[in-house]
Amino acid sequence: MLEETGIPEAGKVEASLPSWERLEQGPVAIFECFTEIPCDPCYYSCPIEAIEEFHDINDLPELDFDRCTGCGQCIANCPGLAIFVLDYNYSKEEGVVRVPYEYTPLPEEGEIVQALNRAGEVVGEARVEKVQNAERQDRTAVVWLAVSKEQVLTVRNFKRMED
Amino acid sequence: MQKCELAIVGGGPAGLAAALKAREVGLEEIYLLERDNFLGGQLVKQTHQFFGSHKQFAGIRGIDIAEKFKDKLEDRPEIKALKGAVAQGYYEDDVLGYSYRDKFFKLKPEKTILATGASEKMLSFPNNDLPGIYGAGAVQTLMNQYGIVPGEKILMIGAGNIGLIVAYQLLQAGIEVKAVIEATGRIGGYAVHASKIRRAGIPILTYHTIKEARGNEEVEAVVIQQLDEDWQTVPGTEQEMAVDTICLAVGLTPKVDLAIQANCQMAYVAELGGDVPVRDKNLQTSNPRVYIAGDSAGIEEATAAILEGELAAAGAAADILPEGSAIDRERAEIKEKLADLRRGPVGEHIRRGLTRVRRNQNAGRDRYTRSWKS
Amino acid sequence: MRIKDHPILEFKRGEKITFSYNGKKISAYPGETIASALHAAGIRKLTHSQKHQRPRGFFCAIGNCSSCLMVVDGEPNVKTCVVEVQEDMVVEEQQGKGDLSAKV
Repeated sequence: MLEETGIPEAGKVEASLPSWERLEQGPVAIFECFTEIPCDPCYYSCPIEAIEEFHDINDLPELDFDRCTGCGQCIANCPGLAIFVLDYNYSKEEGVVRVPYEYTPLPEEGEIVQALNRAGEVVGEARVEKVQNAERQDRTAVVWLAVSKEQVLTVRNFKRMED
Repeated sequence: MQKCELAIVGGGPAGLAAALKAREVGLEEIYLLERDNFLGGQLVKQTHQFFGSHKQFAGIRGIDIAEKFKDKLEDRPEIKALKGAVAQGYYEDDVLGYSYRDKFFKLKPEKTILATGASEKMLSFPNNDLPGIYGAGAVQTLMNQYGIVPGEKILMIGAGNIGLIVAYQLLQAGIEVKAVIEATGRIGGYAVHASKIRRAGIPILTYHTIKEARGNEEVEAVVIQQLDEDWQTVPGTEQEMAVDTICLAVGLTPKVDLAIQANCQMAYVAELGGDVPVRDKNLQTSNPRVYIAGDSAGIEEATAAILEGELAAAGAAADILPEGSAIDRERAEIKEKLADLRRGPVGEHIRRGLTRVRRNQNAGRDRYTRSWKS
Repeated sequence: MRIKDHPILEFKRGEKITFSYNGKKISAYPGETIASALHAAGIRKLTHSQKHQRPRGFFCAIGNCSSCLMVVDGEPNVKTCVVEVQEDMVVEEQQGKGDLSAKV
């Protein structure tokens, strides 16, 4: 299905997630990278080498979820913008999805936006909790979207209210 | 008559990498002829982070890679990089003629590397000549090089990497992309590129093709329709869409005019984009003075072009410089990196194409054979 | 129309320059090609086809396809997609295959 629509099927998405225990424990990176392409910058971007070293640059990335601290440095380093950090228990009511974002203008912290799923459909609202756009991110900003907990597994993008 | 050790035609990623490698291994008289007023070729429009190996610019944006190459050239006076120098012909006695600042020059290089890139393919449909119908590369040029809005509502035809990437770049420029249509049943480009535009709300319609463009003086609308698995149009599935720009990302054709003039044996290899020169593993063509690298050797992408440029330069240098094993080791390393790049599933059609062209095995015939060729 | 804000690129345009197109004054910025400056001014039709006089614009934008030929400062068959605009340049739509005798 991924090959026909650009949207990964449920099985692929599930396989990219850590266990529920790990998800509930704290922020963790997930890689929605499902096809073998020549690409390895993620391995070099992790400050604690939680990603397995590539034997072949076409390998799919393997993340050790227990080592991963959810720092998010990998997000801006993925050329495919396929890495997200999920923080299921950001607060009692909310989860946070940190998404790579390369559009302008960047949203304001506190702004309410429309939350989009992998098909670009509006699935609810999100609050922009934080916007990271440091120089070392080389113009790939990372936007923290506060969403309801169930939506942590579906929200992967956002758009402005007036769009 | 000018003379030099190495002439490189084309200042894109392959040509630039070739020039720098040639200097690195010891050549001292290198001409780089670039027809445009800027160096970098297609790199200067690539705003996205590159894939490939970390050791080969992965994670760096194409535009920045171009800058890195240009910076390195500054310190190397042995490389004469002429911007606005248009190669006009490769003559029988291995003379390269080029025009530069309204004058014509004759250059006799010991070796020539052709790195002239590719041109965009066209699609046949009624009114395909209307203003507003552009190649995807053209849209990239307008947006990323000149900062011009190509249109307000775009239809992208082709879901290979170029179609998907340019659709994304259109979004980044604030332009609406109505849809990406793809004639086959699958998205040919990397899934991550497709996912990026799907989550931005751009539909990707597989098994769809363009029926016709509509408009008086410019594109005003397009009619798309469905195809079945046998490439036959499905009646009754026509859909009209109001667009002002149609972007064709339907493939590239290697630019090989100079190779043909240089008497290189050619072969038609569909996997590489069309007619390409037959060459050995070191990228030397059947004319021992001529090497080929980059998209003009076969449609691939920038990282491969860079590596091929280096390989061709090492090959050309090995013939010019006195005996030395250092170059052989260099070549082996470069070939390994190319193999790494091409090893995975997405490299399959390239590998197939390369096997055909190298051994001239199952490659289509040479359509340029002339009777006086020995 | 020109792009103002872009998430990755910064467009440093410099001082405006003007040139004429079929007698009309058009503004541009240094470094822009004739075809892109016309495009920014909303002019996408650059010429007409030889036989049927169908409207024609550019296609490849990098000097491969010859769809964009116009008369520039009296010289015909100029690839406007790769030639940069200069102050006071005279750009005209070309009629037919171009009159080489007019070239200085």
